[in-house]
Amino acid sequence: MIEIRWHGRGGQGAFTAAKILGAASLIDNKFSLAFPSFGPERRGAPIQAFNKIDGKAIIDRSEIKSCDYLIFLDDTLFSDDYLKDLKDDGIALINTATPDKFSNFSQIQTIDANQIALKIIKKPISNTAMLGALACISDDISLSSLQQASDLYLSASQAAKNKLILKESFEHFKEVH
Amino acid sequence: MAKAFLSGNDAFAEGVRLARPQVISIYPITPQTTVVERISEMVEDSSLKSELIHVESEHSALSCAIGASAMGARTFTATSSQGLLYMAECLQYASGGRFPIVMMNANRSTALPWNIYGDQRDSLSQLDCGWIQVYVEDAQESLDMALQGYHIAENPLVSTPVMVNLDGFVLTHTYETVEIPSQTDADRFLPPFQTENKMSLDNPKNLAFSVGPDNNMEFKYIQHKAMLDSRRVIEETDAKFAEIFGRSYGGLTQGYRIDDADYILITLGSITGLCREVVDELRERGEKVGLLKLRFIRPFPSDDLVAALESAKAIGVLEKDISFGYEGTVYTNVNSVIAKNGLCLETYNFIAGLGGRDISRENITAIFRHLQTGGQHVNFIGLGVTIDE
Repeated sequence: MIEIRWHGRGGQGAFTAAKILGAASLIDNKFSLAFPSFGPERRGAPIQAFNKIDGKAIIDRSEIKSCDYLIFLDDTLFSDDYLKDLKDDGIALINTATPDKFSNFSQIQTIDANQIALKIIKKPISNTAMLGALACISDDISLSSLQQASDLYLSASQAAKNKLILKESFEHFKEVH
Repeated sequence: MAKAFLSGNDAFAEGVRLARPQVISIYPITPQTTVVERISEMVEDSSLKSELIHVESEHSALSCAIGASAMGARTFTATSSQGLLYMAECLQYASGGRFPIVMMNANRSTALPWNIYGDQRDSLSQLDCGWIQVYVEDAQESLDMALQGYHIAENPLVSTPVMVNLDGFVLTHTYETVEIPSQTDADRFLPPFQTENKMSLDNPKNLAFSVGPDNNMEFKYIQHKAMLDSRRVIEETDAKFAEIFGRSYGGLTQGYRIDDADYILITLGSITGLCREVVDELRERGEKVGLLKLRFIRPFPSDDLVAALESAKAIGVLEKDISFGYEGTVYTNVNSVIAKNGLCLETYNFIAGLGGRDISRENITAIFRHLQTGGQHVNFIGLGVTIDE
């Protein structure tokens, strides 16, 4: 089972990303759960979202304690302490404009997702750019299914732009890494 | 049949849409809110043709549903936690008036301390209000029980409201794959609501009346009898549902690897899945363990429990509930049926998940260990202490 935890701030679209990823897994004939950090939500406040993805139906609904991927939509939310929540071969993916700050850690990969988002939607909403990078890192997550799933949770005009972000981020990440 | 990636609340809303209720009264409360939001959107875009009434409180939400049901309309409402408690007065009006309303309850902790996370203390505190209570395990069962709920409630032998309970957040806000039945199949399963128990100019009658000591007890006996009779209707409903949709939930309870099990854990709601996985792990090590999912707690599945538990050495009841000053309410109910039928086995109570605390795989494994070795009867999981009665 692939276990993913998203870190973002209310309004940055972490849970929307988790839902798109879950729906993409369904398109790929896999099973998935997508759930937010339970409880109150406030714009700007740190929030988490979660995915479990597997080849069979997922009936364990307990908290995710050990992750294959930790995804930070905002580098101000990152702390070294989180790395202990990764599985042995797990990866932390961080959206940052200053990758040098994270170069000491072998488990960390970075992308300047804000820059890609700003170019296409003129807003620093990085969730789909992070999904694009994730599709590049993981063989279990396909770009085309993510693009298809975007239609389910975004308006038609937003979906079209976010599909471009997904593709651009995927290709950019492939080029750099 | 279409597949979709939905939350438990979304899935329940789809079930409500397929059931075609004519009147829906709504008042939001976390974590129920998104189900009424989704239903409002359905009414707005005409995919559900229904009279949607946004009322000013939960007390009004259920009063409104009672009024509409008394006109012969199929009605729906939803609530959670303090909202359920605020409508407590009306719960008994609905059941005593024999109005077959279906209500979704998002199981949530009760104040104080104030908390919006999931546990089952809200609905279990209302066990005696005369409503049928069912607890579901996943988003698919949520959708399916919206449909089955009406089929059970509206059966003339039953004519009793149904409360469908979804664990707050763990089910209400978790997205997963759900099969959405076609309207044609849903209509084949659930015919339009017909009742004699309604206000009508053609057949005027008194409803919701007073009855003094001379006859009041007869009414209560009849109400109780209807609830007992609903057990057969619940099983028939499950069988008919399986025939049309290909999914069966086993009726009042659902056993898992219990046939030769020495140690059986009884569960309600969404924790059941993880418990099944632990049963599989322990079975692989040759341990004779099993699980019984209590789907309905009113009516109480006495016969199912006796049949499932009679050969066990020890059983446990895992519940997100505590009746302060005694033990978990589900445990009390289970012990009663064990005592009445002279079953010779040890019983243990595991109080867990209060106020939304996570129940882990390690917790469940330790619970089965406790069943095997024995120990305190009433245990608080994840607290590091026990209080025995």
